Amino acid sequence: MSTRFEGTDQYVATSDLMLAVNAAIRLQRPLLIKGEPGTGKTMLAEEVASALGLPLFQWHIKSTTKAQQGLYEYDAVSRLRDSQLGDDKVKDIGNYIVQGVLWKAFAHDAPSVVLIDEIDKADIEFPNDLLRELDRMEFHVYETQQTVKAKHRPILFITSNNEKELPDAFLRRCFFHYIKFPDKETMEKIVGVHFPDIRENLLRAALEVFFELRDVPGLKKKPTTSELLDWLRLLAAEEIPAEHLRAPGGKPVVPPLAGALLKNEQDIALFERLVAMAKGNR
Amino acid sequence: MLTDFFLHLKASKLPVSTKEFLTLLEALQQGVIGPSIDDFYVLARACLVKDEAHYDKFDRAFGVFFKGVTAIPGLEAEIPEDWLRRVTQTHLSPADRAKLEKLGWDKLMDEFRKRLEEQKEHHSGGSKWIGTGGSSPFGAHGYHPEGIRVGPESAGNRTAVKVWDQRQYRNLDDSVALGTRNIKVALRRLRRFAREGAVEELDLDGTISATARNAGWLDLKMRPERHNSVKVLMFFDVGGSMDDHIKVCEELFSAVRGEFKHLEYFYFHNCVYESVWRDNARRYATKQALLDVLHTYGPDYKLIIVGDATMSPYELVAPGGSVEHFNEEPGASWLRRLLDAYPGACWINPTHEPSWPYRQSISLIRQIMADRMYPLTIDGLERAMRQLSRKQ
Repeated sequence: MSTRFEGTDQYVATSDLMLAVNAAIRLQRPLLIKGEPGTGKTMLAEEVASALGLPLFQWHIKSTTKAQQGLYEYDAVSRLRDSQLGDDKVKDIGNYIVQGVLWKAFAHDAPSVVLIDEIDKADIEFPNDLLRELDRMEFHVYETQQTVKAKHRPILFITSNNEKELPDAFLRRCFFHYIKFPDKETMEKIVGVHFPDIRENLLRAALEVFFELRDVPGLKKKPTTSELLDWLRLLAAEEIPAEHLRAPGGKPVVPPLAGALLKNEQDIALFERLVAMAKGNR
Repeated sequence: MLTDFFLHLKASKLPVSTKEFLTLLEALQQGVIGPSIDDFYVLARACLVKDEAHYDKFDRAFGVFFKGVTAIPGLEAEIPEDWLRRVTQTHLSPADRAKLEKLGWDKLMDEFRKRLEEQKEHHSGGSKWIGTGGSSPFGAHGYHPEGIRVGPESAGNRTAVKVWDQRQYRNLDDSVALGTRNIKVALRRLRRFAREGAVEELDLDGTISATARNAGWLDLKMRPERHNSVKVLMFFDVGGSMDDHIKVCEELFSAVRGEFKHLEYFYFHNCVYESVWRDNARRYATKQALLDVLHTYGPDYKLIIVGDATMSPYELVAPGGSVEHFNEEPGASWLRRLLDAYPGACWINPTHEPSWPYRQSISLIRQIMADRMYPLTIDGLERAMRQLSRKQ
C-alpha cells in the first residue's frame, strides 16, 4: 500500500501526527491515539478514511461491549424461537450468525479503515481478547467451523481516554501517539478550517482569551477545541466586536458568552474572582 | 548504534520491549521516514513509548543519547528578531510598550539573547523559560506575571534539539498524577456484585429448566443485571492540618461518589467523638450523634476514615482532650466502638507514609486500627481496597 496521509481541508494534522499515521499505515499496525478530550481523536479516523478514499467501519465501545461482538454473534435466542415456530431457516446455523464490525472490515474486498472508539470504556480484559484477532487479522467461527481472514489488512485506529490502563501485550502491538493540545499557531489553522471568513481581529482577541483561560490554575475542566469553536460561532453570530473581549488598556474582563467555554459553575466563579482580583491590582 | 540506543532507553527505566524495538527497525527499513533526526524522534516515540506518562522520560533519555548529533551545522537554535518583536507586541499593553521603547529596543534584545544563552548553559536538558518571577526586563514588563515564554510557539525555529529539550510532557509524568480517574480505577477493587433491580438479562439456566418443565415449549426467564452493591460509610477529617490536603481529598471524594452507589459520609475534626456532622457549612445544625450513626448503618457497611491522624495524643487517650469541646470519653474509645461495629474498616492517610513513625498520634491510631492505615496514593488505595474486599 503506497498511500500516504497528508491531512485534509477539514482536519489540521501536525507533522508528528502525520508521521505516526503513515508509519502505522506502512507497517500495517494498529495506531493507538490518546489525548485531551476535543483534540480530534475520533475525527482522525474519519479524515484518514475520506482522504484515502477508503470505507470506514466504526466500532464504538461501551462499558458492556464484549470483544466477541466485534467479530460475530450467534443469535441463539431467535433460533430457538424460530424452531418453536417450525421455520425452515432454522436448519442453517449460518442464518443466525450476525457479523460484527471487524468481520465486515475483514470481508471487504478493498482496503478499509477501522475505528475502535474509546477502547478504555470496555472491561479491563477487552483488549486482551482481541490480541490474536488484531495481530493476525483472522478469527475462527466455532458455530460454522469457518475461518475468517482479512482479504486486506485494514488500517486500524484505536482511541482511548485513559480511563483504564491497557495491557502491555496489547500496547506492544500498536503504534502510539498522544495528541497534545494544539498550540496557538495550529489552533489558528484549525479555526481557519472551520470559519474561513471570521474577522482577523476578533479571532486574535478570542484566541488570546482562550489560551489565557486554559492557563488559569485550578480549573476543573479546561475549555477544549470544540468549545472554542462553539464560542467563536456564537461570537460571530452575535456580531460581538473584538474590543468587547478585553477592557480598555488590555485588562481582562469576563468575556461575553463565557458559558460556552466554562461549563462548570465553580470554574465560572473562580474565573470571575480572578478577574476581579486583577482589576483591583491595577 | 541503535542497539545502544535501545539499551540506553532500557537503562533509563523506560518499559521498552524487544518486539517494539524490532518494529522500529522494520519501520526504518521500510523507509517510513527520511534521514531526519526530528522524524526519527517522532517515529521512535510512536514505536517504543505507549503511555504519555513516559514521554518526559523518553525526551530526557533521547536528549542525552543524541547530544552529539545535534552539533550538525544548521541545527543551532536561532531566535529571529522579528518574531521576538511580534511576541512582545501581542503581549504588552501600549503603555508598557512605550516604557520599553524608552529602554532601547536593541539593548533589550541583546540582554534578552544573552540571558537565553546563559539559561541554556545553566539548565542543560531543563526547560527553557525565560525570566521567571519577573527578574528579567521581560518578566517585569510582560503581560504574564512569569514573563514571556520562549518555546514551541516559535514558528520556524523548531529545531530538533528543542522539541525534546522542552520537556512539554513533564506534567503527564505519572508519579504526580492522582486524578479522579486513577482513584476510581483503584476503588474498583472494592466491588461486590449482586443482582438487584430491574430484570433485563436472560437467565439461561432458569430458561432451560423452565422450558424443560414446560414440555419443551420455550419459557424465557429474565433476571436483573449484576451491580456493585458494596456499601460504604466514610468519615472525613476537615479543618486544621487537613487544609494541606484539600485538593486530593476532594478528588477522592468525587471518585468515591461516582463509584459507590450506597455511600454515607460524615465529617469530623481530628478524631471522631460522640458526634459527627453531614454538612460542613452548617456544621452545628447537621450534627448527628455517632451512636445514632452506628445504629442506623449495619455491619455490612465498609468503614473508611480519611484523615491525617495528626493531633495531640491527649485527644486520643484522655477525656477532655479535644481541642474544640469537652469530650467525656477519649477519642480512642469512640474509635474502638466504630471498629467493633464495622469489621471491614481502614484508615486512609494523606500524609507521606515514611513520616508516620515520627508522629505519636499516628502510631496510636495505627495500633487501634490493627495496622489498617494506608497512604492516599494509588498504590495505598489499592492495598486498602484489597484489604476491605477480603471476607471479614
